[in-house]
Amino acid sequence: MLEIKDLVVKYGGITALNGISMKVEEGRIITLVGANGAGKSTTLRSITGLVSPVSGSITYDGRELIGLNTKDIVKMGITLVPEGRHVFADMTVDENLMIGAYLRKDKENFRKDIDFVHEMFPILKERSKQLSGTLSGGEQQMLAVGRALMSKPKVLMMDEPSLGLAPLVVKDIFRIIQKVNEEQNMTVLLIEQNANAALKIADYGYVMETGNIGLEGSGEELLSNERVKELYLGKSKE
Amino acid sequence: MAWSDLLQQLCNGLLLGSLFALVAVGYTMVYGILRLINFAHCDIFMMGMYFAFFFVAKDFRLWPLSFIAVIAATAVLGVGLEKVAYSTLRRQNAPKISMLISAIGASYFLENLATVIFTAKPKTFPQIPFFVDMMQIGSVRLQRLAVAVPIITVIFVCILLFLINKTKSGMAMRAISKDLDTAKLMGINVNGTISFTFAIGSAIAAVGAILWGLKYPQISPLVGVMPGLKCFIAAVIGGIGNVKGAVIGGLLLGFIEVMAVAFFPEISAYKDIFSFVLLIIILLFRPNGLIGEKIAEKV
Repeated sequence: MLEIKDLVVKYGGITALNGISMKVEEGRIITLVGANGAGKSTTLRSITGLVSPVSGSITYDGRELIGLNTKDIVKMGITLVPEGRHVFADMTVDENLMIGAYLRKDKENFRKDIDFVHEMFPILKERSKQLSGTLSGGEQQMLAVGRALMSKPKVLMMDEPSLGLAPLVVKDIFRIIQKVNEEQNMTVLLIEQNANAALKIADYGYVMETGNIGLEGSGEELLSNERVKELYLGKSKE
Repeated sequence: MAWSDLLQQLCNGLLLGSLFALVAVGYTMVYGILRLINFAHCDIFMMGMYFAFFFVAKDFRLWPLSFIAVIAATAVLGVGLEKVAYSTLRRQNAPKISMLISAIGASYFLENLATVIFTAKPKTFPQIPFFVDMMQIGSVRLQRLAVAVPIITVIFVCILLFLINKTKSGMAMRAISKDLDTAKLMGINVNGTISFTFAIGSAIAAVGAILWGLKYPQISPLVGVMPGLKCFIAAVIGGIGNVKGAVIGGLLLGFIEVMAVAFFPEISAYKDIFSFVLLIIILLFRPNGLIGEKIAEKV
């Protein structure tokens, strides 16, 4: 279980996270919704060690993550699909998948996992020798998710996987998220601006507002909450 | 100019160009991974020559062993430089300009260290007969180096390209050079990979230093400055960050310098100027160098 307590992050003098606390229980889909600049990405980047928090704690199965190298955090099974996909544009699709499995030593399962990713995203198999910079946005997002899955994570974190994608592709990606969650009991921590889609598949959700957690509750609770509806789901109270 | 003369000059150009290429790849590799111009690279090259001066055994037949020792020692020095001058700054998220200044400082430090330890009096590089003996090919009379250097360069460049494109460490290097944060997220050991890059770049510079020393056997603490500057130019001309570009830039520079002097002997005193003129011309027309980095990113 991943647990964040009183996490404070500052960029220069600006407070990005103002003492947030949250729990990500094993095997669940947890979502973090909120507007731009609420601190969602900062939360994920703190968990992976890309950002150094000022105070607070982040523990995974009781082990403190703050102060560890990103590579050691990844080694523990926590993987982040970064916002904006960030595939390695001048490497082929297959090379991107290989680099996703960078830390793994078990060569024999490697082929099996590539097949698994190919099966989930058939387009990646078709384009396996193509430079990933030439893929469409949706295909790149699939590659970014596939690449993260190649590390066999226990916790898969995704930063805005639906950003700039066609609704049909978004649906596909969310279907895969649910699938790996169910079949492999993978914990998923999902950041979304598309609060509606995210809350629908989430077991539990947190709503962030400028560095604080404003609300929390199960996906359904938040979906029916008037304030969430008004602020994030685009429905007015009338 | 007679055919044999032209052939002779072509061989000289290939020789000088290969030497430039060996040092230029070190600049380009470090720039590729750190976006840093490693000004101290030319002094690593110089130290490599001094190592060779001291390590080459009295019995010249042992030269392969001596060379391995020189390459290893230079690689260690390169990694040490990275750890002291760059890694410490990187860990504190220092701005790029501080790294650059640190590079210049490291360069002066190594030059002065060499002056203190080895004195400014030039030393003569060991003349190993296997390399420096003359040989006759048709009407052309050459040092064996003229054949050996291009072959050795091709071998090392091929090994390097294989390493970068086909191995896991090479994949890590490419990933870091394109996107540091994402590379970290893949679990890549960034510091280890950067050290590895310095080790490889310095090792190849050591190969260049040995061959350079055999060709131009006078060593002094500032011996690396001019070759270093030209090799940096070669890397920029080829498209800095790109290993193939550095090799092409090095060869081009070598040929042009040799040919210019061959055709216009009266300006041979100004031969160093050609590199810079070429640099300006190429950058005017191709600001990213001959093989500039491809920019293919979908946002």
